[in-house]
Amino acid sequence: MTNATTTIDHDDHDDHGPAYGLSRWVTTTNHKDIGTLYLWFSFIMLLTGGSFAMVIRAELFQPGLQFVEPHFFNQMTTMHGLIMVFGAIMPAFVGLANWMLPLMIGAPDMALPRMNNWSFWILPFAFSMLLSSLFMEGGGPAFGWTFYAPLSTTYAPASTDFFIFGVHLMGISSVMGAINVIATILNMRAPGMTLMKMPLFVWTWLITAYLLIAVMPVLAGAVTMMLTDRHFGTSFFDAAGGGDPVMFQHIFWFFGHPEVYIMILPAFGIISAIVPTFARKPLFGYSSMVYATGSIAILSFMVWAHHMFTTGMPVAGELYFMYATILISIPTGVKVFNWVTTMWRGSMTFETPMLWALGFIVMFTIGGLSGLMLGVAPVDTQYHDTYFVVAHFHYVLVTGALYSIIAAYYYWVPKWTGHMVNETLGKIHFWWSTIAVNVLFFPQHFLGLAGMPRRIPDYALQFAEFNMISSIGGFCFGLAQVFFLFIIVKTIKGGKKATGIVWEGATGLEFEALPSPAPYHSFNTAPEVK
Amino acid sequence: MSNVFKKIIPRSQMVKICLVPIFMFGFGFAMVPLYDVLCDITGLNGKTGRVEASTIDESDVDVSRTIEVRFLANTATGLPWSFEPLVTKMDVHPGQLYEAIYRVRSTTDRATKGQAIPSVSPGIAAQHFNKTVCFCFNDQDLAGFETRDMPMKFIIGNGISDKVEQITLSYTFFSLDKV
Repeated sequence: MTNATTTIDHDDHDDHGPAYGLSRWVTTTNHKDIGTLYLWFSFIMLLTGGSFAMVIRAELFQPGLQFVEPHFFNQMTTMHGLIMVFGAIMPAFVGLANWMLPLMIGAPDMALPRMNNWSFWILPFAFSMLLSSLFMEGGGPAFGWTFYAPLSTTYAPASTDFFIFGVHLMGISSVMGAINVIATILNMRAPGMTLMKMPLFVWTWLITAYLLIAVMPVLAGAVTMMLTDRHFGTSFFDAAGGGDPVMFQHIFWFFGHPEVYIMILPAFGIISAIVPTFARKPLFGYSSMVYATGSIAILSFMVWAHHMFTTGMPVAGELYFMYATILISIPTGVKVFNWVTTMWRGSMTFETPMLWALGFIVMFTIGGLSGLMLGVAPVDTQYHDTYFVVAHFHYVLVTGALYSIIAAYYYWVPKWTGHMVNETLGKIHFWWSTIAVNVLFFPQHFLGLAGMPRRIPDYALQFAEFNMISSIGGFCFGLAQVFFLFIIVKTIKGGKKATGIVWEGATGLEFEALPSPAPYHSFNTAPEVK
Repeated sequence: MSNVFKKIIPRSQMVKICLVPIFMFGFGFAMVPLYDVLCDITGLNGKTGRVEASTIDESDVDVSRTIEVRFLANTATGLPWSFEPLVTKMDVHPGQLYEAIYRVRSTTDRATKGQAIPSVSPGIAAQHFNKTVCFCFNDQDLAGFETRDMPMKFIIGNGISDKVEQITLSYTFFSLDKV
């Protein structure tokens, strides 16, 4: 199949650059343009969701109600979660996939470029719909990002229908993006690039794409049931008509748990690219990394009810979901140990991307360990819905997924813009963020263990100190990302010229076979992979 | 460019990939009946069973065991009814048929309609808690200020676990009136 790419004759519009003006971005089918659009979109969403988090932390700075009404506070926690999960983290990974997959496998573009354009341009509409609900009568969604029935059906504001269609749209976008990734990886690899020679970022994205097409439709089904429950007289989640609200949680988490891995598997791929470069050693245990990723993906379908230990499951169910959950720590541990072994006796240097990758490994592991604690059913009964859970998933999502995205930015941006990032600024950004993020989230472990529930605008007095510390960390971390915006703009405008290889120890087609910046049309003739 | 891609993306593969999300969308809905079946088998969420009176063998009573059954009654918001059991608890033997009466009274002058939903706790008892007659099998129409005594006949199966000494049966009436 891949041989075909070498013999194809291109039309005469081979070397032309991008079109000018706004229409370039609206009508583009170029994977680099679409990748850029995705990355900018997700950054705007990061700042939007981040400003909601600032409202939350400002309100929690002191006990009592200071700034916002409880109902508005609930809208903020809900929107913060929805925007960060569906608007920031997921599109950022899709953007990286768009930019990097064709460069890594030696393909001229994504396999389905027009669908690619469509799957991006759905997103601004989806999130405008979602965000517009904040300005509607009765307010936006205020039932938590998990939108449990009956809060999201019987007791939800009228604007919930906008939320439902917003979720439908972003689901369609994700599924189309995932189909595109699968078609690209399966059909467009350069000759000689067998599956087991693919870079791990390609592998992890291939597996992530399968997770996406398997579970996003289940989410679409769940919100469709909500819609018919609200307006068309069905009773899927309404006990009065013979339905069951607990079933909503089963359907939601059947989507929700694989979703967790959708947000972390590509991160594993990024770290597996960065660590070998700056340790100047090939990745330790490549094939075990591939199999570990596959195992995590399969296990992710079998553990969903560990989010529901307190719903009154039979003991046998709790035991099964507890053991299955803890089983996942084995392939995840394989990965962490492989990264550590890759660094062992390497000639390590600590450029900005490596710092973010190391920050990822250390802090993601902290989040993983608190996840193990939560996976133990009898203990979870106490931790459920406390700030311990908040601390856990922020360690894996902020210092995990988000850190890997920032690491990927610093690692590949010379290839995108042709400019090196100012190392001093990058290091300031790293240390500023890392200190702030730990001040922000580490005290939340203690708050949770002491019993502070999540999603509340006010709290008992004994939680005051840790909340104040946490809020100060939050403001600092938020400000650090505004500083990141400054670095991004500065690097686009100028900077030291990047070489083709960019980093001394870099490997892979994107560094070895292309100049920096990568030309608008790359790999029109497929490279040969030995 | 598009011609280039047409040649190398096999149509059958695209069809297969597109079938996955379509199938999974259907699977989301298939989880609804699957969940009901699973709850019936395991007694999850306290779903009770229904048996025909003719199939009950009255000679099969286990008098050596006594289980206390407690009755709870609630109305959900939006239904102006008062609802209570006439006896709040009963000592029963597995295998024997018993009758409990619930009284419901409308506290409004208009006609109202409601549906009772049962739940049994502990969950492991639910699959052995069977009813031959129940007001919860149908929806109930009440005229304004009407009072009605409603029977519920139940039998606890002999297969119930030795560990169960007390069972709580809870009914909640939900409004079926269109708002």
